[in-house]
Amino acid sequence: MNANAIAPDLPELEPPRNFYMHKSGLRNWLLTTDHKRIAILYAITVTLFFIMGGVAAAMIRINLVEPQGALLSAETYNKTFTFHGVVMVWFFLIPSIPATLGNFLLPIMIGARDLAFPRLNLASWYLFVIGGCFTIACLLLGGVDTGWTFYTPFSTMFSNTNVILVVVGVFVTGFSTILTGLNFIVTTHKLRMPGMTWFKLPLFVWAMYAVSVVMVLATPVLAMTLSLIGLERIAHVGIFDPALGGDPLLFQHMFWFYSHPAVYIMILPAMGVASEIIPCFARRKIFGYKFMVYALVGISVIGFLVWGHHMFVAGMSATATLVFSILSFIIAVPSAIKVFNWTATLRRGRISFEAPMLYALGFVGLFMLGGLTGLMLAAPALDIPLHATYFVIAHFHYVMVGGSVMAYLGGIHYWWPKITGRMYSEAWARFAAILMFFGFNMTFFPQYVLGYLGMPRRYHAYPPEFQTLNILSSAGASILAVAYLIPVVYLGWSLFHGARAGNNPWGARGLEWQTTSPPPKGNFLERPVVQRAYAYDEPAPGGEPATGATA
Amino acid sequence: MNSSAASIREQDLRARGLVAEQFDDAEQQHATAQFGMWVFLATEVLFFGVLFAGYAVCRVRDPQGFLLGSQHTEILFGAVEAGILLLSSATVTFAVNLIPFDARRVVTLLLAVTALLGVAFLVLHGVEYSHEHDEHLMVGVDFAQSGPHARGIELFFFLYYAMTLYHSLHVLVGVCAIATMAVLVWRGKIRSGYTTPLVLAGLYWHLVDIVWIFLFPLMYLIGR
Repeated sequence: MNANAIAPDLPELEPPRNFYMHKSGLRNWLLTTDHKRIAILYAITVTLFFIMGGVAAAMIRINLVEPQGALLSAETYNKTFTFHGVVMVWFFLIPSIPATLGNFLLPIMIGARDLAFPRLNLASWYLFVIGGCFTIACLLLGGVDTGWTFYTPFSTMFSNTNVILVVVGVFVTGFSTILTGLNFIVTTHKLRMPGMTWFKLPLFVWAMYAVSVVMVLATPVLAMTLSLIGLERIAHVGIFDPALGGDPLLFQHMFWFYSHPAVYIMILPAMGVASEIIPCFARRKIFGYKFMVYALVGISVIGFLVWGHHMFVAGMSATATLVFSILSFIIAVPSAIKVFNWTATLRRGRISFEAPMLYALGFVGLFMLGGLTGLMLAAPALDIPLHATYFVIAHFHYVMVGGSVMAYLGGIHYWWPKITGRMYSEAWARFAAILMFFGFNMTFFPQYVLGYLGMPRRYHAYPPEFQTLNILSSAGASILAVAYLIPVVYLGWSLFHGARAGNNPWGARGLEWQTTSPPPKGNFLERPVVQRAYAYDEPAPGGEPATGATA
Repeated sequence: MNSSAASIREQDLRARGLVAEQFDDAEQQHATAQFGMWVFLATEVLFFGVLFAGYAVCRVRDPQGFLLGSQHTEILFGAVEAGILLLSSATVTFAVNLIPFDARRVVTLLLAVTALLGVAFLVLHGVEYSHEHDEHLMVGVDFAQSGPHARGIELFFFLYYAMTLYHSLHVLVGVCAIATMAVLVWRGKIRSGYTTPLVLAGLYWHLVDIVWIFLFPLMYLIGR
């Protein structure tokens, strides 16, 4: 199967109309309750935030080309990395896959006409935009310098920057996350079409379900913690400042009780995307479907119990350190099951390397490197020297950027024909995916070494002996930037000039490939046929022959 | 295929009126909405959970200060407020259980009583706040206590205000929701066959009540 196998002269989608043509005009878009349109509103907004966060990242990397700092003062540098962190975490990574691909695909994949609460879904987007406005206002008024973690007492007593504005922004955006999660949980429980049982659900839906549980149960903790920060900053009384009788470690516990599960908010959807793409381009049903489900649910549950590994050097008791260390090792088990099962899915597959597959394979490799270094950091003996060094930066960028962003782009490419009805340039897409893989490794692998050698994070200057590796990292970042810009061009071109995609250009299984591309307003013109998940050994309902290996 | 397409369209036709288009029937819509409210309540529990955790940690750090702080609260007010909320939960339960019988006047009356009890709670708590202000207990505004446990008392009152204010905010939202339900029942918009909003408002009101059941002993009773 490849991109050329699409039907070249598919009848125009005039009657019946697709969801883009249902009711046009800006007003109908801004007041829409169609989950597919809301997904596109989200896609546009998170892309804008990705660009903003990316510019901040570029400024950081330019600055670090020279040991004394090439571009920014110490103060501006602090504000730049804070802005980068806040925007990338809350305004790009967390909403990226769930609010765009999840919003678009979840109802279609379970055979529903929309999410359970469409108006709530639109409200989520508006909350997201309002939160984003606060954050941008904060930037325009001079930024904030606390780091994205808002550690007390610096954030409550000492920082002279716009902490309140950004905290309000994140607080409001948190409710957008909660409402999205609530919508997904309820939709998955109540709106599955007849015959779509829990264990026929695609793993992408399971991933959305698992991530929604984390969103609904973790985000309120962040919201309340941030509101306590706001109160403490305004009223000069509170439970976090030691000068007031409070406990700064308590803040870290509460913050990471949200923010470590938030890491799984960022990676679980990426796992869901990879689990769709890999079986499709290996022409095999996924290996160990039920174990993949249990692993997703297991990660979302155990993810709530590992937050303490962020505080090994913060004065936590030795017992707590030991317990959190063991739990952090345990959560690697379901993650490893997933990597093994993706790999085993490839065995005896008829693998082809379309762009989505390149992204998905890149995701598996980079996620594995990020995950394994996470194990090193879960061991207190190693974490004590490596804590707050570039090793940690490299570790979570391998998971967040190498993992989540690669998977997000893989998903965008995989479902692009479904969402837009058009194909993109396969050659350029493959080129961008490969370039991104190399650019990414060149940017972040040197940071592992830098961290190992002891370079601390969050400084605008560094000793001269680290310069070579920093230049290498910055050079990689410029390659990465080019690799991110190329898809903007060819995907934009595809919107207007791409070949028409048929209903199922990849010969994939799953309900979303049974409807038209782009889907009509109510998602299906004809009742779709429910198969086992990843039934690549059975013919597709649309007439696509069985392609799976017989084993 | 055409017949199933027709059945989907038929469902869409049935879905006109009070059943939104993403649902097959009113029953599914009701079950979905109710489940959604339960998920939302789970979020609320975690939201308040932070404050309870903060309370636990701070109290362990200075137990005596918390006991002294608690003695500054007015137990009569707290007890009456608890009674009011428990009573209001009873009235809302009767309302939810009577609506299937189309007892329009009784249900409207019960909901109006619930909303008024909620208002009474807010008024009483406002009076309490003003008393505390007079006694220089209002942290961040006018707090003047002395002694070795002044910090503990201050933290106690910080948490007292954070928790009771967030709770009162929920009471206020609940009063608005219940009052709206009273109007809708009176106008016949909510009746047997379409009770979903009332059931949801009732669930929410019970959360407000339950939070107070935990706050009351932790704030008013521990020092006595």
